[in-house]
Amino acid sequence: MSEVKKYPAPVTNPETSAFWDAAKEGKFMIKRCTACGEAHYFPRSICPFCYSDKTVWEEASGEGTIYTYSLMRKSPTGPYAIGYVTLKEGPSVQTNFVDCDLEKLKIGQKVKVVFKPTDGAPLPFFTIA
Amino acid sequence: MTIKGKAYIAGIYEHPTRHAPDKSTAQLHAEVAKGAIEDAGISKDDIDGYFCAGDAPGGAWPMVDYLGLNTKKLRHIDSTETGGCSYIIHLGHAAEAIAAGKCSIALVTLAGKPRTGAMPPRGSGAEVDFETAYGATTHNAYGMCAMRHMHDYGTTSEQLAWIKVAASHHAQYNPHAMLKDVVTVEDVLNSPMISDPLHRMDCCVVSDGGGALIVTTPEIAKSLKKPLVRLIGHGEAMKGPRGGKDLDLTYSAGVWSGPRAFEEAGITPKDIKYASIYDSFTITVLMQLEDLGFCKKGEGGKFVADGNLISGVGKLPFNTDGGGLCSNHPVNRGGMTKILEAVRQLRGEAHPKVQVKNCDLAIAHGTGGLLGVRHAASTAILERV
Repeated sequence: MSEVKKYPAPVTNPETSAFWDAAKEGKFMIKRCTACGEAHYFPRSICPFCYSDKTVWEEASGEGTIYTYSLMRKSPTGPYAIGYVTLKEGPSVQTNFVDCDLEKLKIGQKVKVVFKPTDGAPLPFFTIA
Repeated sequence: MTIKGKAYIAGIYEHPTRHAPDKSTAQLHAEVAKGAIEDAGISKDDIDGYFCAGDAPGGAWPMVDYLGLNTKKLRHIDSTETGGCSYIIHLGHAAEAIAAGKCSIALVTLAGKPRTGAMPPRGSGAEVDFETAYGATTHNAYGMCAMRHMHDYGTTSEQLAWIKVAASHHAQYNPHAMLKDVVTVEDVLNSPMISDPLHRMDCCVVSDGGGALIVTTPEIAKSLKKPLVRLIGHGEAMKGPRGGKDLDLTYSAGVWSGPRAFEEAGITPKDIKYASIYDSFTITVLMQLEDLGFCKKGEGGKFVADGNLISGVGKLPFNTDGGGLCSNHPVNRGGMTKILEAVRQLRGEAHPKVQVKNCDLAIAHGTGGLLGVRHAASTAILERV
């Protein structure tokens, strides 16, 4: 992973701006439905499982395990590893793995969130815990 | 209400080009439309239904105008966009419209030139801020599926390689195929790693080109001169991470579209003589074969190994034109060519070296979008009458 890689700034919208405001403070937020109790990601105002509008923001631990990954070797901006992390709280999230040896990634490995700057709000990534 | 037997594929055409820098995209659509119309032996002025997807420049109304379709007669239009499987969905929707009396002769076109120039970026939905930066491409999105499939079921790169090997055995007989050389498992494993665990030879080609279909009523089909091929079952479905709950990338939406199509057709995977299976990557084929019920989940690796997909050798001849892995992948969308080769097999018009004997039941199945992110699937079961 190239440290100089420039990431696009989130456009944000009224439904998700709280996520990006929290990201600026280094907090990784998920949404939880107070009707059915399920957490989800990326955040929606209506619960995708029970359709309740009683969803609330919750700060996640930022910890999880690698569900899967793929190391993209042919890219004009250099190799990068995309994957999904299953958060301690339950939902699996799409991400890139950074600041670690990408050749040594393994399914099931413990990872933690790390934010990277953009021209706007910072973006969440994951690195080996 | 069923579409079983209500619609026939009376005309097919696959553009022979694999590289068309000297043509426009609309022109390619017109050329494949003309080819399918001539194959069916109808007049373009009889067409009263038109189907196209995101590859049609400007969408349906500029295409209808450019193609010079008879607007006094045209009464059914459908521009459902589900990526590479759009055209399998169009086939089902055309049958629905025909069964409901909404049209009687439908034209479906696909064409484009990704080999000549870069394609416009994929449209994005509500997930844009939460995914775009992570650089999901076809290669790594399918790579993630393969990685997890290997983890859960012990699938190997050697097993995946057999899918490419089988495709290459068929492609050697297709004069239009981009890659005609027969390859070995070792060749695939020795090709450069693109996105782990997928090698270059696990990936399909990038090609210009296109294809078209004419779908019509049983009565009209029987009045024409081509061998009779009809749709007897159809299914469509979608799948995505849906909030990240219980993520499982080892199966596709084919687990839903397949059974719907088989149930409508009243047959089982064991009855299928020939299978067109979308082969954007080797893993796409393996997962779809499992999802469609040709083998149990997790046993796709064993199923595809040792030439089981090679016509005349194995139990399930697949993609006898060489498929996307070797022949072509027009507009990065493999659904149309899957239908075309299935129809050729049912008509007995496949290359003699790969023609399946007594081929009376075939499946054409595909996915669209990114298997590792969100995608659609569609299944068509076709019968020679």
